[in-house]
Amino acid sequence: MDQENSASHAHWFLVGMRGIVSLPAIILMLSFIGFCALTVQAGIPVEQVVFMTGMVWALPAKVILVGSIMAGANLLTAFVAVTLSSVRLMPMVAALVPEIRGRQTPTWLLLFLSHFVAITAWVYAIEKVADVPRERRVAFFAGFGITLVLANMLLVAVAYRYVATFPPIVAGCLFFLTPVYFLASIWNSARHRVVHIALILGLVAGPFFYWLFPEFDILLAGLIGGTVAWAGERAWRLRRVANEEGGR
Amino acid sequence: MTSLEGWWAYAFIAIAGWLATDIWRWLGVVAGNRLREDSEVLNWVRAVATALVAAVVAKLILYPTGVLETSPLWLRLGSIIVGAAAFFAAGQKPAVGIATAILALAAGLYWLGF
Repeated sequence: MDQENSASHAHWFLVGMRGIVSLPAIILMLSFIGFCALTVQAGIPVEQVVFMTGMVWALPAKVILVGSIMAGANLLTAFVAVTLSSVRLMPMVAALVPEIRGRQTPTWLLLFLSHFVAITAWVYAIEKVADVPRERRVAFFAGFGITLVLANMLLVAVAYRYVATFPPIVAGCLFFLTPVYFLASIWNSARHRVVHIALILGLVAGPFFYWLFPEFDILLAGLIGGTVAWAGERAWRLRRVANEEGGR
Repeated sequence: MTSLEGWWAYAFIAIAGWLATDIWRWLGVVAGNRLREDSEVLNWVRAVATALVAAVVAKLILYPTGVLETSPLWLRLGSIIVGAAAFFAAGQKPAVGIATAILALAAGLYWLGF
Protein backbone atom coordinates (compact mmCIF):
# COMPACT_ATOMS: atom_id res chain seq x y z
CA MET A 1 0.00 0.00 0.00
CA ASP A 2 2.77 2.39 1.00
CA GLN A 3 4.74 1.51 -2.08
CA GLU A 4 1.74 2.12 -4.27
CA ASN A 5 1.31 5.49 -2.60
CA SER A 6 4.86 6.63 -3.22
CA ALA A 7 4.64 5.44 -6.82
CA SER A 8 1.57 7.57 -7.21
CA HIS A 9 3.37 10.60 -5.73
CA ALA A 10 6.17 10.06 -8.25
CA HIS A 11 3.58 9.74 -11.01
CA TRP A 12 1.99 13.09 -10.20
CA PHE A 13 5.43 14.71 -9.79
CA LEU A 14 6.16 13.57 -13.35
CA VAL A 15 2.81 14.87 -14.57
CA GLY A 16 3.78 18.22 -13.05
CA MET A 17 7.20 18.08 -14.75
CA ARG A 18 5.50 17.55 -18.10
CA GLY A 19 3.93 21.01 -17.63
CA ILE A 20 7.28 22.39 -18.88
CA VAL A 21 5.98 21.92 -22.46
CA SER A 22 2.73 23.83 -21.76
CA LEU A 23 1.86 27.24 -23.20
CA PRO A 24 2.44 29.12 -19.90
CA ALA A 25 5.86 27.52 -19.36
CA ILE A 26 6.95 28.29 -22.91
CA ILE A 27 5.78 31.90 -22.61
CA LEU A 28 7.68 32.27 -19.34
CA MET A 29 10.82 30.89 -20.99
CA LEU A 30 10.44 33.41 -23.83
CA SER A 31 10.05 36.15 -21.20
CA PHE A 32 13.26 34.93 -19.57
CA ILE A 33 15.08 35.37 -22.86
CA GLY A 34 13.83 38.96 -22.73
CA PHE A 35 15.12 39.28 -19.14
CA CYS A 36 18.44 37.83 -20.25
CA ALA A 37 18.77 40.64 -22.80
CA LEU A 38 18.23 43.16 -19.99
CA THR A 39 21.03 41.64 -17.87
CA VAL A 40 23.43 41.69 -20.83
CA GLN A 41 22.71 45.39 -21.29
CA ALA A 42 23.22 45.90 -17.54
CA GLY A 43 26.64 44.20 -17.71
CA ILE A 44 25.84 41.52 -15.10
CA PRO A 45 28.03 38.41 -15.52
CA VAL A 46 26.28 35.22 -16.63
CA GLU A 47 27.02 33.26 -13.40
CA GLN A 48 25.26 35.94 -11.38
CA VAL A 49 22.29 35.94 -13.77
CA VAL A 50 21.89 32.16 -13.38
CA PHE A 51 22.18 32.46 -9.58
CA MET A 52 19.63 35.28 -9.58
CA THR A 53 17.21 33.25 -11.71
CA GLY A 54 17.20 30.41 -9.19
CA MET A 55 17.18 32.51 -6.01
CA VAL A 56 14.90 35.42 -6.92
CA TRP A 57 11.98 33.60 -8.45
CA ALA A 58 9.79 36.53 -9.49
CA LEU A 59 10.45 38.35 -12.74
CA PRO A 60 9.35 41.86 -11.59
CA ALA A 61 11.53 41.52 -8.46
CA LYS A 62 14.50 40.50 -10.63
CA VAL A 63 13.99 43.46 -12.94
CA ILE A 64 14.00 45.79 -9.91
CA LEU A 65 17.08 44.08 -8.47
CA VAL A 66 18.95 44.51 -11.77
CA GLY A 67 17.83 48.15 -11.86
CA SER A 68 19.18 48.65 -8.33
CA ILE A 69 22.51 47.02 -9.20
CA MET A 70 22.80 49.20 -12.34
CA ALA A 71 22.06 52.32 -10.30
CA GLY A 72 24.70 51.32 -7.74
CA ALA A 73 22.13 51.25 -4.95
CA ASN A 74 23.24 50.11 -1.49
CA LEU A 75 22.03 46.85 0.04
CA LEU A 76 19.29 48.39 2.17
CA THR A 77 17.81 50.47 -0.67
CA ALA A 78 17.79 47.46 -2.99
CA PHE A 79 16.24 45.26 -0.28
CA VAL A 80 13.42 47.75 0.37
CA ALA A 81 12.66 48.21 -3.35
CA VAL A 82 12.53 44.46 -4.00
CA THR A 83 10.51 43.78 -0.84
CA LEU A 84 7.90 46.40 -1.74
CA SER A 85 7.53 44.88 -5.20
CA SER A 86 7.04 41.40 -3.76
CA VAL A 87 4.31 41.89 -1.16
CA ARG A 88 1.86 40.41 -3.69
CA LEU A 89 3.56 37.02 -3.21
CA MET A 90 2.01 36.75 0.25
CA PRO A 91 -1.68 36.75 -0.79
CA MET A 92 -0.79 34.66 -3.84
CA VAL A 93 0.78 31.95 -1.69
CA ALA A 94 -1.99 32.30 0.92
CA ALA A 95 -4.61 31.73 -1.79
CA LEU A 96 -2.75 28.75 -3.28
CA VAL A 97 -1.93 26.86 -0.05
CA PRO A 98 -5.54 25.88 0.77
CA GLU A 99 -5.92 24.62 -2.82
CA ILE A 100 -2.87 22.34 -2.90
CA ARG A 101 -2.20 21.13 0.66
CA GLY A 102 -3.31 17.65 1.64
CA ARG A 103 -4.59 16.60 5.06
CA GLN A 104 -1.08 15.79 6.30
CA THR A 105 1.16 18.06 4.25
CA PRO A 106 3.90 19.28 6.64
CA THR A 107 4.38 23.03 6.93
CA TRP A 108 8.16 22.78 6.21
CA LEU A 109 7.33 21.30 2.81
CA LEU A 110 4.93 24.15 2.03
CA LEU A 111 7.59 26.67 3.15
CA PHE A 112 10.10 25.05 0.78
CA LEU A 113 7.67 24.81 -2.13
CA SER A 114 6.46 28.39 -1.66
CA HIS A 115 9.76 29.50 -3.24
CA PHE A 116 8.47 28.17 -6.57
CA VAL A 117 5.27 30.23 -6.47
CA ALA A 118 5.40 33.13 -8.92
CA ILE A 119 2.76 34.34 -11.34
CA THR A 120 3.21 31.58 -13.95
CA ALA A 121 3.24 28.66 -11.51
CA TRP A 122 0.39 30.24 -9.56
CA VAL A 123 -1.86 30.68 -12.60
CA TYR A 124 -0.94 27.21 -13.90
CA ALA A 125 -1.51 25.48 -10.55
CA ILE A 126 -4.86 27.18 -9.89
CA GLU A 127 -5.96 26.19 -13.39
CA LYS A 128 -4.86 22.54 -13.19
CA VAL A 129 -5.20 21.34 -9.57
CA ALA A 130 -8.92 20.75 -9.92
CA ASP A 131 -8.01 17.69 -12.05
CA VAL A 132 -5.41 16.38 -9.56
CA PRO A 133 -6.41 14.21 -6.56
CA ARG A 134 -6.28 16.28 -3.37
CA GLU A 135 -3.48 14.24 -1.72
CA ARG A 136 -1.32 14.43 -4.88
CA ARG A 137 -1.53 18.17 -5.52
CA VAL A 138 1.65 18.99 -3.58
CA ALA A 139 3.63 16.43 -5.64
CA PHE A 140 2.10 17.82 -8.84
CA PHE A 141 2.99 21.42 -7.92
CA ALA A 142 6.52 20.42 -6.84
CA GLY A 143 7.10 18.68 -10.18
CA PHE A 144 5.97 21.71 -12.15
CA GLY A 145 7.53 24.43 -10.00
CA ILE A 146 10.98 22.87 -9.54
CA THR A 147 11.27 21.92 -13.21
CA LEU A 148 10.27 25.42 -14.28
CA VAL A 149 13.00 27.05 -12.16
CA LEU A 150 15.76 24.62 -13.20
CA ALA A 151 14.81 24.84 -16.90
CA ASN A 152 14.97 28.63 -16.81
CA MET A 153 18.37 28.63 -15.04
CA LEU A 154 19.68 26.43 -17.85
CA LEU A 155 17.98 28.55 -20.50
CA VAL A 156 19.49 31.77 -19.17
CA ALA A 157 22.96 30.20 -19.08
CA VAL A 158 22.66 29.20 -22.74
CA ALA A 159 20.76 32.22 -24.11
CA TYR A 160 23.05 34.81 -22.44
CA ARG A 161 25.58 34.93 -25.27
CA TYR A 162 23.02 35.10 -28.11
CA VAL A 163 20.40 37.61 -26.98
CA ALA A 164 22.30 40.77 -27.85
CA THR A 165 21.81 40.02 -31.55
CA PHE A 166 17.97 39.90 -31.53
CA PRO A 167 16.16 42.35 -33.86
CA PRO A 168 14.10 44.97 -31.93
CA ILE A 169 10.70 43.64 -33.10
CA VAL A 170 11.49 40.21 -31.65
CA ALA A 171 12.72 41.72 -28.38
CA GLY A 172 9.58 43.90 -28.14
CA CYS A 173 7.23 40.97 -28.77
CA LEU A 174 9.08 38.81 -26.22
CA PHE A 175 8.55 41.48 -23.58
CA PHE A 176 4.87 41.91 -24.48
CA LEU A 177 4.13 38.18 -24.18
CA THR A 178 4.17 38.26 -20.39
CA PRO A 179 1.33 40.76 -19.73
CA VAL A 180 -0.77 39.39 -22.59
CA TYR A 181 -0.40 35.83 -21.35
CA PHE A 182 -1.25 36.77 -17.75
CA LEU A 183 -4.45 38.51 -18.85
CA ALA A 184 -5.70 35.65 -21.03
CA SER A 185 -4.87 32.84 -18.64
CA ILE A 186 -6.14 34.48 -15.44
CA TRP A 187 -9.45 35.28 -17.13
CA ASN A 188 -9.69 31.79 -18.60
CA SER A 189 -8.75 29.87 -15.44
CA ALA A 190 -10.91 31.83 -12.96
CA ARG A 191 -13.29 29.51 -11.14
CA HIS A 192 -14.77 32.29 -9.00
CA ARG A 193 -16.53 35.33 -10.43
CA VAL A 194 -14.73 37.58 -7.94
CA VAL A 195 -11.50 36.89 -9.87
CA HIS A 196 -12.92 38.44 -13.07
CA ILE A 197 -14.04 41.54 -11.21
CA ALA A 198 -10.72 41.83 -9.34
CA LEU A 199 -8.79 41.47 -12.61
CA ILE A 200 -10.65 44.37 -14.24
CA LEU A 201 -10.49 46.59 -11.14
CA GLY A 202 -6.76 45.83 -10.69
CA LEU A 203 -6.04 46.86 -14.30
CA VAL A 204 -7.71 50.21 -13.68
CA ALA A 205 -6.44 50.68 -10.11
CA GLY A 206 -2.78 49.96 -11.06
CA PRO A 207 -2.27 53.04 -13.27
CA PHE A 208 -4.53 55.15 -11.02
CA PHE A 209 -2.42 54.52 -7.91
CA TYR A 210 0.80 54.82 -9.93
CA TRP A 211 -0.34 58.34 -10.76
CA LEU A 212 -1.40 59.05 -7.16
CA PHE A 213 1.28 57.25 -5.03
CA PRO A 214 3.97 55.80 -7.36
CA GLU A 215 5.91 54.31 -4.41
CA PHE A 216 3.11 52.01 -3.26
CA ASP A 217 1.03 51.67 -6.42
CA ILE A 218 0.94 47.86 -6.73
CA LEU A 219 0.21 47.34 -3.06
CA LEU A 220 -2.59 49.92 -2.94
CA ALA A 221 -4.09 48.73 -6.23
CA GLY A 222 -4.21 45.18 -4.89
CA LEU A 223 -5.57 45.99 -1.45
CA ILE A 224 -8.13 48.60 -2.49
CA GLY A 225 -9.04 47.19 -5.93
CA GLY A 226 -9.27 43.66 -4.52
CA THR A 227 -11.31 44.68 -1.50
CA VAL A 228 -13.79 46.65 -3.63
CA ALA A 229 -14.10 43.68 -6.02
CA TRP A 230 -14.68 41.28 -3.11
CA ALA A 231 -17.21 43.54 -1.35
CA GLY A 232 -19.15 44.17 -4.57
CA GLU A 233 -19.30 40.52 -5.54
CA ARG A 234 -20.28 39.52 -2.00
CA ALA A 235 -23.11 42.07 -1.84
CA TRP A 236 -24.38 40.87 -5.23
CA ARG A 237 -24.15 37.22 -4.13
CA LEU A 238 -25.95 37.82 -0.81
CA ARG A 239 -28.73 39.80 -2.52
CA ARG A 240 -29.28 36.98 -5.03
CA VAL A 241 -29.46 34.38 -2.24
CA ALA A 242 -31.94 36.59 -0.35
CA ASN A 243 -34.07 37.02 -3.50
CA GLU A 244 -34.14 33.29 -4.16
CA GLU A 245 -35.20 32.56 -0.61
CA GLY A 246 -37.79 35.35 -0.69
CA GLY A 247 -39.28 34.02 -3.95
CA ARG A 248 -39.72 30.53 -2.61
CA MET B 1 27.67 51.16 -15.08
CA THR B 2 28.23 49.45 -11.77
CA SER B 3 28.67 45.72 -11.54
CA LEU B 4 29.17 43.82 -8.29
CA GLU B 5 32.23 41.65 -7.79
CA GLY B 6 33.18 38.37 -6.10
CA TRP B 7 31.29 36.87 -3.16
CA TRP B 8 29.69 40.24 -2.40
CA ALA B 9 27.65 39.98 -5.62
CA TYR B 10 26.14 36.69 -4.46
CA ALA B 11 25.53 37.96 -0.94
CA PHE B 12 23.86 41.05 -2.39
CA ILE B 13 21.57 38.96 -4.62
CA ALA B 14 20.78 36.59 -1.75
CA ILE B 15 19.85 39.34 0.71
CA ALA B 16 18.27 42.02 -1.50
CA GLY B 17 16.76 39.44 -3.87
CA TRP B 18 16.08 36.04 -2.33
CA LEU B 19 15.35 37.09 1.26
CA ALA B 20 13.36 40.15 0.15
CA THR B 21 10.99 37.98 -1.92
CA ASP B 22 10.81 34.71 0.06
CA ILE B 23 9.89 36.45 3.34
CA TRP B 24 6.49 37.19 1.80
CA ARG B 25 6.07 33.62 0.59
CA TRP B 26 6.75 32.26 4.10
CA LEU B 27 4.19 34.68 5.56
CA GLY B 28 1.81 33.51 2.83
CA VAL B 29 2.22 29.87 3.90
CA VAL B 30 1.57 30.80 7.53
CA ALA B 31 -1.55 32.79 6.57
CA GLY B 32 -2.76 30.26 4.00
CA ASN B 33 -2.47 27.37 6.44
CA ARG B 34 -5.19 28.99 8.55
CA LEU B 35 -7.59 29.53 5.66
CA ARG B 36 -10.38 27.12 4.80
CA GLU B 37 -10.94 26.57 1.08
CA ASP B 38 -14.56 27.72 1.17
CA SER B 39 -14.12 30.67 3.56
CA GLU B 40 -15.06 34.27 2.85
CA VAL B 41 -11.57 35.38 3.96
CA LEU B 42 -10.01 33.25 1.21
CA ASN B 43 -12.39 34.88 -1.28
CA TRP B 44 -11.01 38.26 -0.20
CA VAL B 45 -7.38 37.04 -0.35
CA ARG B 46 -8.08 35.69 -3.84
CA ALA B 47 -9.47 39.08 -4.96
CA VAL B 48 -6.49 41.00 -3.53
CA ALA B 49 -3.96 38.59 -5.10
CA THR B 50 -5.66 38.88 -8.50
CA ALA B 51 -5.86 42.69 -8.34
CA LEU B 52 -2.13 42.84 -7.42
CA VAL B 53 -1.20 40.72 -10.44
CA ALA B 54 -3.49 42.83 -12.64
CA ALA B 55 -1.75 46.00 -11.44
CA VAL B 56 1.65 44.51 -12.39
CA VAL B 57 0.22 43.63 -15.82
CA ALA B 58 -1.12 47.16 -16.34
CA LYS B 59 2.30 48.61 -15.49
CA LEU B 60 4.05 46.28 -17.95
CA ILE B 61 1.69 47.47 -20.69
CA LEU B 62 1.68 51.20 -19.85
CA TYR B 63 5.31 51.61 -18.70
CA PRO B 64 7.41 48.94 -20.48
CA THR B 65 11.21 48.78 -20.48
CA GLY B 66 13.62 48.06 -23.34
CA VAL B 67 12.52 48.31 -26.97
CA LEU B 68 8.85 48.96 -26.15
CA GLU B 69 9.73 52.01 -24.06
CA THR B 70 9.88 54.04 -27.27
CA SER B 71 6.78 52.46 -28.87
CA PRO B 72 3.54 54.50 -28.89
CA LEU B 73 0.98 53.83 -26.15
CA TRP B 74 -1.86 53.53 -28.68
CA LEU B 75 -0.11 50.59 -30.34
CA ARG B 76 0.27 48.69 -27.05
CA LEU B 77 -3.30 49.39 -25.90
CA GLY B 78 -4.65 48.68 -29.41
CA SER B 79 -2.87 45.30 -29.49
CA ILE B 80 -4.42 44.38 -26.13
CA ILE B 81 -7.91 45.40 -27.31
CA VAL B 82 -7.61 43.47 -30.59
CA GLY B 83 -6.29 40.45 -28.68
CA ALA B 84 -9.14 40.64 -26.15
CA ALA B 85 -11.72 40.86 -28.95
CA ALA B 86 -10.25 37.74 -30.62
CA PHE B 87 -10.09 35.96 -27.24
CA PHE B 88 -13.81 36.44 -26.57
CA ALA B 89 -14.84 35.87 -30.20
CA ALA B 90 -13.04 32.50 -30.15
CA GLY B 91 -14.85 31.33 -27.01
CA GLN B 92 -12.17 32.45 -24.53
CA LYS B 93 -9.23 30.52 -25.97
CA PRO B 94 -5.99 31.96 -24.45
CA ALA B 95 -3.79 30.92 -27.41
CA VAL B 96 -6.00 32.82 -29.89
CA GLY B 97 -6.00 35.99 -27.78
CA ILE B 98 -2.25 35.86 -27.15
CA ALA B 99 -1.32 35.18 -30.80
CA THR B 100 -3.61 37.96 -32.07
CA ALA B 101 -2.25 40.56 -29.63
CA ILE B 102 1.39 39.69 -30.40
CA LEU B 103 0.81 39.70 -34.18
CA ALA B 104 -0.93 43.09 -33.92
CA LEU B 105 2.03 44.46 -31.96
CA ALA B 106 4.58 42.98 -34.39
CA ALA B 107 2.69 44.41 -37.40
CA GLY B 108 2.50 47.84 -35.74
CA LEU B 109 6.19 47.85 -34.81
CA TYR B 110 7.12 46.83 -38.36
CA TRP B 111 4.90 49.54 -39.85
CA LEU B 112 6.47 52.15 -37.56
CA GLY B 113 9.93 51.11 -38.74
CA PHE B 114 11.29 49.39 -35.59
